[in-house]
Amino acid sequence: MEKTFNLPQSLVDIPTHYCPGCGHGVAHRLICEVVDELGIRDKIIGVAPIGCAVIAYKYWDFDCCEAAHGRALAVAVGIKRCRPEAIVFTYQGDGDLAAIGCAETIHAANRGENLTTIFINNTVYGMTGGQMAPTTLLNQKTATTPGGRKAKFEGYPLKISELLAPLPGVAYIERVSTDSPQKIIAAKKAIKQAFVNQQQEKGFSLVEILSPCPTYLGMKPPDAAKWISEVLSKEFPLGRIK
Amino acid sequence: MKNEKLNKILITGNEAIAEGAIQAGCRFFAGYPITPQNEIPAYMSKRMPEVGGVFIQSESELAAISMVMGAAATGERAITTSSSPGISLKQEGISYIAGAELPAVIVNIMRAGPGLGNIWPAQSDYFQATKGGGHGDYHNIVLAPSSVQECFDLTLSAFDLADKYRNPVMILGDGMLGQMMEPIQTKGHRPHTKGPRSKNQKPWAVTGCAGRAPNLVASFRMAEGEMEKHNIHLKNKYDEIEEKEQRFEVFYTDEAEIIIVAYGTMARIAKGAVKNLRAKNKKIGLIRPITLWPFPKKAFAQSPRPNTQYLVVEMSNGQMVEDVQLAVGGRCPVEFYGRTGGGIPSEEEITKIIYGKDV
Amino acid sequence: MIEKIICCGFGGQGIMVMGKFLSNLAIEADKFTTYLPAYGAEVRGGTAHCMVIISDEEICAPFVSVADTAIIMNEPSLSKFENRIAPGGLLLLNESLISSLPRRKDIEVLKVPFSDIAVKLGNIRCANTVALGTYLSSKNIAPKEKIDLVMDKMLGGLKQEVIEINRKALREGMKYDKS
Repeated sequence: MEKTFNLPQSLVDIPTHYCPGCGHGVAHRLICEVVDELGIRDKIIGVAPIGCAVIAYKYWDFDCCEAAHGRALAVAVGIKRCRPEAIVFTYQGDGDLAAIGCAETIHAANRGENLTTIFINNTVYGMTGGQMAPTTLLNQKTATTPGGRKAKFEGYPLKISELLAPLPGVAYIERVSTDSPQKIIAAKKAIKQAFVNQQQEKGFSLVEILSPCPTYLGMKPPDAAKWISEVLSKEFPLGRIK
Repeated sequence: MKNEKLNKILITGNEAIAEGAIQAGCRFFAGYPITPQNEIPAYMSKRMPEVGGVFIQSESELAAISMVMGAAATGERAITTSSSPGISLKQEGISYIAGAELPAVIVNIMRAGPGLGNIWPAQSDYFQATKGGGHGDYHNIVLAPSSVQECFDLTLSAFDLADKYRNPVMILGDGMLGQMMEPIQTKGHRPHTKGPRSKNQKPWAVTGCAGRAPNLVASFRMAEGEMEKHNIHLKNKYDEIEEKEQRFEVFYTDEAEIIIVAYGTMARIAKGAVKNLRAKNKKIGLIRPITLWPFPKKAFAQSPRPNTQYLVVEMSNGQMVEDVQLAVGGRCPVEFYGRTGGGIPSEEEITKIIYGKDV
Repeated sequence: MIEKIICCGFGGQGIMVMGKFLSNLAIEADKFTTYLPAYGAEVRGGTAHCMVIISDEEICAPFVSVADTAIIMNEPSLSKFENRIAPGGLLLLNESLISSLPRRKDIEVLKVPFSDIAVKLGNIRCANTVALGTYLSSKNIAPKEKIDLVMDKMLGGLKQEVIEINRKALREGMKYDKS
């Protein structure tokens, strides 16, 4: 019988450290599938963030570099400018990209750095214990908003993708999710586009992935997926932003 | 004595550091404007494109040092420059660079602090530079030039040391040294190459894994015992650096009753005082640390007399004095004189402190 | 020999260029030299100054606390730097812009209308070159051909008329000296 579903060559075959139902594993795999399909494993360099995905490089069988919290795009800029022939991407969470790394994100995008960013938006800080993220929804309970996020004190969910879209240096932004097989297929297509853009030197490309964190949403994995499609996607609408 | 013209050019200390970096094969600069080091980014913005290198004016010092980390991770020789408040911001990235064992050169043209302080020359970042600065168990190699020629020469050394030990190297100057001009010789040091010169020379670099197993550049070590093992590895490296890389200049220390200890700008001023006093038969000398870390303990291993007095002179409230005390080990008295906040002790002032008015 | 010089005036008078010229000349004359500018907010408006040392021996402190010569191009600089001249030292004064008289009696004062001479030559901005001419004819720093060499080097790349006017300015300034 023909084997039709394989582990991507770029994905290391080890047990996951992520929680059951976490979206990181899906996102990691999609990146690896795209890397294989584009045949870029020997020239890709990944920049891992600080957050749950801090050891993303354990799963990726290609060159990787660490960055301080929020500085993934700055590190990626240093790499890409020295090795323009390499394909360089950052993999960042909402805290890394939209809070502590906001300046690095905006300026890398505004300079039109020829980079790919995979942005995991799960509305909480996972690694540190489920604190409020810039993308946490209003009234959403977290470790640091026990009564729910209140606009008066914590402001509103930050839509960084929409914020970046008007910048002339930005080539492509799309928001996708991983809450159903169909949406995962769409997510892969967007990730592929973001890498192809870099191959074609189009400038800054970003894919925002709405990703479940059942542990800190306090939900079972299927409920977390449902919450993404029924609640989170209403506040952060899916589709091409630029 | 004649100072032969040769190929000398008149250049500021800041520009000498920048040109030194270019001639050391550095092909990546990222930095953020701050006085009194702005001549460096200005020079780099012109020079880097000429040699096929990269110049980036970053959005912040935080970004600049992380850009340098990325560039260094690819094996490229990379530099960032700033002045005191900006160097405080860069401590985050310096700690990561030390942890990930990347070679990089960081320049601090010091101004007075704490806080915004002012833009005048100071030496008040000695503790920050030599005792770590950022978080964690690590050391920068710290070089302290005292002339514009040395700004150039030590920048060449800085890149070599950074590569040799895979460690951040800091060049610690001050506003006066950065801004002043002196004639220097820059030609004939290194072959001048265009574009990245370090390609494939560093087997650990991230360049894409074609033809080899993937490389990882990281400081994170979570597994039990792994970080301690890494810290011990770093400690062994620092011990080796302490043993092999101490540099200093001694000036007229024979039979000295008094030895001034000073570095950088302060050392050249102290040297003037020593020269004048020796001409008046005073038995006085100078020890000038060139490496501030490793501190040149070897220079203090033996004192010229059992009762030689050491006088540490600094443009701070006394930050190097503790290292001198440790090096002297209680054998001889160690005194301190300093000015701070942009104040600079003059030759006359130093003389007066030592001998009173009547010399 | 060691010669310590302070050049001062206001931003835009080419004070820093004067200092760099003297240091470049020192290099041509196989001397040691340092040049230390005032930097920061002070160089925009207000007074600007730089300190130059020329010596047969290696120079230690680049800072000039007591100058052998001060070239003072405007009024506020006179009150600021008059007391920094060594007894018996030389003061070159831009008579065009300074009406008060120096209080010091123990120094040699040479008053020359540098700015007026520059205006007559067609460009007030070459007053610094006139002053350099006077200084160089008063002090034996380097022979004439070295001065011309440095002048050509520093003016290289500028418009021909700018080069010409500066050459003239230097010659005009040289007509004045302390003798």
